[in-house]
Amino acid sequence: MREVDLSIVGAGPAGLAAAIEGAKRGCSTVALDMNPRPGGQLIKQIHKFFGSREHHAGTRGIEIADTLLHEAESAGVEVLIGAEVYAIHDSILEVAQTFGGDSPPPLSGGATTSQSRPLSIEARQIVLATGGAENALNFPGWTLPGVMGAGAAQTMSNVWRVLPGERVLMVGAGNVGLIVSYQLLQAGAEIVAVIEAAPRIGGYGVHAAKIRRAGVPILTSHTVVRASGESRVEQAVIVKVDASWGTVPGSEEELDVDTICIAVGLRPNARLASLAGCKFDYSPSLGGWVPIHNTRMHTTVPGIYLAGDLSGIEEASTALEEGRLAGICAASSLSKGHVGDSEEIEAIEERLLSLRSGPFCQRLQDAKQKLIEIGEAQCPKE
Amino acid sequence: MSQGINVRGYLSQQELRNAPGYPSQERLARGPIVAIECIEEIPCNPCEQACPQHAIIIGKPITNRPYLDEDKCIGCGLCIPQCPGQAILLIDLTYSQGAASVAFPYEYLPLPKEGQTVRAVNRAGESVCSGTVIKVQNPKKNDQTPVVTVAVQRKYATEVRGILRSRGRESG
Ligand code: SF4
Ligand code: SF4
Repeated sequence: MREVDLSIVGAGPAGLAAAIEGAKRGCSTVALDMNPRPGGQLIKQIHKFFGSREHHAGTRGIEIADTLLHEAESAGVEVLIGAEVYAIHDSILEVAQTFGGDSPPPLSGGATTSQSRPLSIEARQIVLATGGAENALNFPGWTLPGVMGAGAAQTMSNVWRVLPGERVLMVGAGNVGLIVSYQLLQAGAEIVAVIEAAPRIGGYGVHAAKIRRAGVPILTSHTVVRASGESRVEQAVIVKVDASWGTVPGSEEELDVDTICIAVGLRPNARLASLAGCKFDYSPSLGGWVPIHNTRMHTTVPGIYLAGDLSGIEEASTALEEGRLAGICAASSLSKGHVGDSEEIEAIEERLLSLRSGPFCQRLQDAKQKLIEIGEAQCPKE
Repeated sequence: MSQGINVRGYLSQQELRNAPGYPSQERLARGPIVAIECIEEIPCNPCEQACPQHAIIIGKPITNRPYLDEDKCIGCGLCIPQCPGQAILLIDLTYSQGAASVAFPYEYLPLPKEGQTVRAVNRAGESVCSGTVIKVQNPKKNDQTPVVTVAVQRKYATEVRGILRSRGRESG
């Protein structure tokens, strides 16, 4: 059994930030990630980020991942890839490591259990940063090859350099749908249409404008009703949606597409938090069931913190700040805090507040506030 | 605003007129200046930091919309590739007799070549006029966001927002 001060599950922006802060304060720190490459969603984000200088604005996500990994390395964080945490009990993480160290990742990119090495890690403090998962959309034909999450299409194109299809229907005009559409255009696909069931485009206007001037139609108040094809998607049928979310009879339109990307939101990837016994609250604005946490990113289970999309679906910039916060607080609960940590925490809270200001974030900010209020009453205090 | 940015996906004339980053007709007539087509209160400010003349102001909170001080902008174009929203373009109505130039970020391959004749498109991606590529800039500090400048007939200058992408893949 390995023993460490701090174990982080998920080496995306939140997890890496937490690991860096913990390690900088002298905690022996292991960051576990089930993927062949650490960095979470950052490694497929080839676009320049929004935000301010503290949040690497103007820098491409993939470069931010490199910077974070480098920082983690120099702070002394041990990053284990191909390491899937499948159980969590008392302060022990049960890990199956399928590759990593000297062995190359399997070509399939997936786990091959026959080769996996079991590993138990006892951690004095744990930060869960398991991110989000894409929501599915069910319609006749949704199991045909060619129907996939927008995030999956982005991984294929930007990480593995495989174009998922030539003619794409994007379902959902939030930031994910708009940005992935743009990146698939850049990769050489045609975006036949972006459709959105709501009467308004949900993502940033600047992202919508980018694909509009590239000639991509964005159809609000439209949804997909059916996909068809012999052995993969060949057609999609879309339909108008009225004010009460009913479909408008006679408005069906058939599109020749070979790919349907679903970008209808994300939810916290909370299975491990649930296994660990964390209490949850339901919050549609945060993506669904979210582990309750307090201002210090502490869950309802002693010694377990969380950060990033697991604590409510937001942006990489907020994930970084929450990760920093969780790392600092976890270290301080082991009496490894730095002088000046309370000022640091205040500064982070201020940045979080400013990132969550503005009309796009109002509902989210309110939801987060409510969750934290519940957390202040229910989560253990250090 | 039912026909504005969040329904159609591009700015209406009215939204443009009200945008704090869009220059006045008088200023446009005087020579090169940027037009910042960013009107939503999003948490973003690299444009403010990119301008050495301090012509773009966001301040606090970061969700303020970018304001353009049109007397300070010298039309250098440095801010264009720094905007993650690709919302900034540079318009020069005084480019030559009869022609104006428009510069915009262009992240597609193949890149157009200087001297090439292209179709210029508006905000809706519709072809509006032909244009000549006069500059394609992609120095290291652009971090892979090339800036393309096209010359078009002056009357189309404030409509042009890009060029028709060439669909053909580069051979070889
Ligand atoms: S063109 Fe130059 S002077 Fe004008 S706003 Fe941009 S960076 Fe500033
Ligand atoms: S950098 Fe671009 S997207 Fe960001 S605030 Fe400035 S103009 Fe808007």
